[in-house]
Amino acid sequence: MAEITLDVDFEPDFDVIVVGGGCAGCVAAYKLAEAGKAVLVVERGNYSGAKNMTGGRIYTHSLAKVFPDYLDAPLQRKVSHERISLMAPDSNFTVDFTSRELTEPGQESWTVLRAPFDQWLAEKAEEAGAEIIPGIAVEDLLMANGKVVGISAAGEEMTARMVILADGVNSLLTSKAGLSKPAPAIDQVAVGAKETIQLDPAVIESRFLCNPGEGASWLFAGSMTNGAIGGAFVYTNEDSISIGIVATMSEVIKQDIPVYQMLENFKNRPEIAPLIRDGKLVEYSGHVVPEGGLKMMPELVGNGVIVAGDAAMMCMNLGYTVRGMDLAIASGEIAGKAAIQALDAGDTSKAGLQCYKTMLDQSFIMRDMKQYENFPEFMEECPRLFKGYPEMIRDIMNPMFIVNGQPRESLKKMAMGPIKEIGMFTIAKDAMKGMKAL
Amino acid sequence: MIENVCDITVNVDEKLSIDKFNVDEENAHIVLKENPSDEEFRKLVLCCPAALYKVEEDGSKRFDYAGCLECGTCRMICGDTILEKWEYPQPTMGIEYRFG
Repeated sequence: MAEITLDVDFEPDFDVIVVGGGCAGCVAAYKLAEAGKAVLVVERGNYSGAKNMTGGRIYTHSLAKVFPDYLDAPLQRKVSHERISLMAPDSNFTVDFTSRELTEPGQESWTVLRAPFDQWLAEKAEEAGAEIIPGIAVEDLLMANGKVVGISAAGEEMTARMVILADGVNSLLTSKAGLSKPAPAIDQVAVGAKETIQLDPAVIESRFLCNPGEGASWLFAGSMTNGAIGGAFVYTNEDSISIGIVATMSEVIKQDIPVYQMLENFKNRPEIAPLIRDGKLVEYSGHVVPEGGLKMMPELVGNGVIVAGDAAMMCMNLGYTVRGMDLAIASGEIAGKAAIQALDAGDTSKAGLQCYKTMLDQSFIMRDMKQYENFPEFMEECPRLFKGYPEMIRDIMNPMFIVNGQPRESLKKMAMGPIKEIGMFTIAKDAMKGMKAL
Repeated sequence: MIENVCDITVNVDEKLSIDKFNVDEENAHIVLKENPSDEEFRKLVLCCPAALYKVEEDGSKRFDYAGCLECGTCRMICGDTILEKWEYPQPTMGIEYRFG
């Protein structure tokens, strides 16, 4: 960090500088600007979203709370089908859940692409009066008397009463601020690779059995990661499919298949190839997902600085659902509110910013992060989710559906064979542990 | 010699050619140390989604920062081993997602 000396009559350039113009940063800036604070957002991409990628799907509850007109945002499709699959090398078992309640206001979710979505958020912040400078990368934080008082970027120094770090999962600044280790442990982070494949909307609707404007979220676990913790995803956008692989780094390095080859193999599966047939690849992307949960979160409050969104590792992967953007938006809102409170009290020191931590603790963010604290460990202790159970289900289902003239055995007998292979006791223990972790 | 990597049937370079990049020809934002160990390099062969860490047919190692998706995976895995430098590309440089 760069130490600077402040004059006695020092007047900062801004009330708040926000680093990163993604979900958390734009929403924090929006709240601050709305309250009349002088706020600057520094975004390293040429526009908000230029460096961002999601699977992805956003649960819109927290977006709706900040922006009542959120349906004007470039959301893709409202998710009406929740599909989860267990994939063995030669079989796939899928649950397809639909429910009227899934699409009800206040609890619905939408597929989303970050480049258009983040630009909408940035426009909202700008309309409210925030200043956004894209195309500038923050190199360092400015310190005076042990307090963060600004940033240096592109050879210039800009000062503020406080800084909000919303610079994503690969934040280089949280460690500079002394709030985290230089990098997360590799068993706490997953690498993701995604293709965006263009298809006609009507084709998407017929392939995924969706009504116009509605879509599917589809998560897979099993052989596509060759036993590594992780899985595949398919989300339907308005006129494209997002298809990708996510796998924990410490597990991928034990395999012999690179992540991009995992994705290719997955796309070539007979169950998957028809979904994307004749589609046109329009983008290839990669990103890191913070999957370690509560245990990998940095310090959220420092002297003159707070951390929000992915930079704060606010993300949950529960296997059947993945959340990050709803947490980022809510943390941005809370960061904005906390900053306003601290500014109004004239105290943006660590003590003055503790209200951020308090408000987070009271919100669904920290409650949910705590609720699912043990789930990442459960996945580590239960490799059978990725290799074992998909095969067990195949071995139970095959004799149910295969009729070849051989005399039939009872269903109980057919099912017990594959179950005994893993062991009743092991399955019961996994089920108990899994339910406890959720 | 880097072993235990399956046969690669996919051409990631072709996929990356569809993406929008402003490659900074002047300035490498990621620099590998000289003679990186096989063991560490192999991790990046497996994990870099852009397939920038490659093993050639003769067994030699190749790395090119052009095509980097700026995800940070290699920094997290090898930042304190075989990477000399990991920075974000200079402003306005690098990947520019149009979909994301």
